[in-house]
Amino acid sequence: MALYSEKVMEHFRNPRNVGVIENADGVGEVGNARCGDIMKIYLKIENDIVTDVKFETFGCGSAIASSSMATEMIRGRSIEEALGLTNQAVTEALGGLPPHKVHCSVLAEEAVRAAVKDYYDRQGL
Amino acid sequence: MIYADNAATTKMSRTAINAMLPYMEEIWGNPSSLYGAGQKAAEALQSARERIAACIGAAAEEIYFTSGGSEADNQAVLSAARFGERTGKKHIISSAFEHHAVLHTLDRLRREGFEIELLTVHENGMIYPEQVEQAIREDTCLVTVMYANNEIGSVMPVSKIGAICREHKVPFHTDAVQAAGHLPIHVREENIDLLSLSAHKFHGPKGAGVLYARQGIPLTNLIEGGAQERGRRGGTENVPAIMGMAAALEEACADMEGSREKLLRLRDRLIDGLSRIPHAVLNGDRVSRLPGNVNFCFEGIEGESLLLLLDDRGICASSGSACTSGSLDPSHVLLAIGRPHEVAHGSLRLSLSADNTEEEVEEILRAVPEVVDYLRNMSPLWKDKVNGRKEFVI
Repeated sequence: MALYSEKVMEHFRNPRNVGVIENADGVGEVGNARCGDIMKIYLKIENDIVTDVKFETFGCGSAIASSSMATEMIRGRSIEEALGLTNQAVTEALGGLPPHKVHCSVLAEEAVRAAVKDYYDRQGL
Repeated sequence: MIYADNAATTKMSRTAINAMLPYMEEIWGNPSSLYGAGQKAAEALQSARERIAACIGAAAEEIYFTSGGSEADNQAVLSAARFGERTGKKHIISSAFEHHAVLHTLDRLRREGFEIELLTVHENGMIYPEQVEQAIREDTCLVTVMYANNEIGSVMPVSKIGAICREHKVPFHTDAVQAAGHLPIHVREENIDLLSLSAHKFHGPKGAGVLYARQGIPLTNLIEGGAQERGRRGGTENVPAIMGMAAALEEACADMEGSREKLLRLRDRLIDGLSRIPHAVLNGDRVSRLPGNVNFCFEGIEGESLLLLLDDRGICASSGSACTSGSLDPSHVLLAIGRPHEVAHGSLRLSLSADNTEEEVEEILRAVPEVVDYLRNMSPLWKDKVNGRKEFVI
């Protein structure tokens, strides 16, 4: 059996939403270089809806795939829904992750939350 | 497929395969059996023992067949420790970047009360003889320093270390798994008391290795159960694999000079080409280096994603990133030479064999910079460095 599912490899090879949003409404960065993965998520929010989302990731294949999947799962959704994104949902959508890679999906969940928190902070909420 | 991971394993040579077949199809008797069919296998084993001994400057009765390099390393280290403790010597000198077959065995001995002193590895991946000399004490029962490092390819001054150990009458073991068949080895001239090698690193089969132990060095059994290997390793010998190993080692040693010339050309072309990538650094000494080893760290990227993208382009390589080791820390070898964690995560090892071609090297030189560039472009760590928010490390 291959290390990763077809879905993980597909998102790793063709990651969705890679890049930066200039003048983003919220930016979240989690992880650290020492551990070998950093995820940064940029949100554009209008009327409580995530109208655009981009990511940058330093990390392994599953970190890149998890970022890609997480951004797909919150694009066009409400902030509430974005905050409700769990690492389990990301892992499931990816067709599963090897046990020692599940932390990548946790990082994706945390990155989304950090970006939303940044948005709230900027709004003074 | 471009196979550039020969330090992990090698493709078996036709010579090795052909040497094995008769011992599966015709001469499959047990070498311990009395009748002719068994004795034929025993004769074959003896011939393999002599031929392997000749390749490394040993005597046939100093060769013990094992299941591979790890078993040989385990048995060498444990044997010297057991012999030492009988005379009250429980100090062992080794280095921080040994293979885990040695390091984990040393951990076990440390828990038993041995004092393990791991020499600091220099930034160029070298251990110097003076370090060994300074560390030797009255109660030192073993010095174990690898011949060549499996990740970064640096080749240790083994004969100088051997001379020092001999002078101080301390047994010297060297893990020569990456060196055997690739570098000329002469255990007598180099004053080596114990040496480990593994067949599948020089185009032989997996599951076969050798522990060389100089006459007079007592071995402790890891496997009890029979009189095989002069009572030092129980279990019916893996005759086909041993025959393949002997043939592969002889072939590797016969072709060594020619292969070396070709490998050096390919290796140096790779090193020169990859050095042009900004914020990249070669790991391991530039000169005292295995002829097929190339190892770089690229700042701002992670090794596993690099390997997966290279695999998509048909290139097989390896990395010392945490994600490829299954642990949380990157390679202990890269950390031992002082690379910070974040840099160690972005390592790439390419290990060549004489089967590789110039066209393959050119393809690697096209692929790696593109993949590194692609990954850097999506790396927030790299962007922070480029924008001056974080310092470049290399």
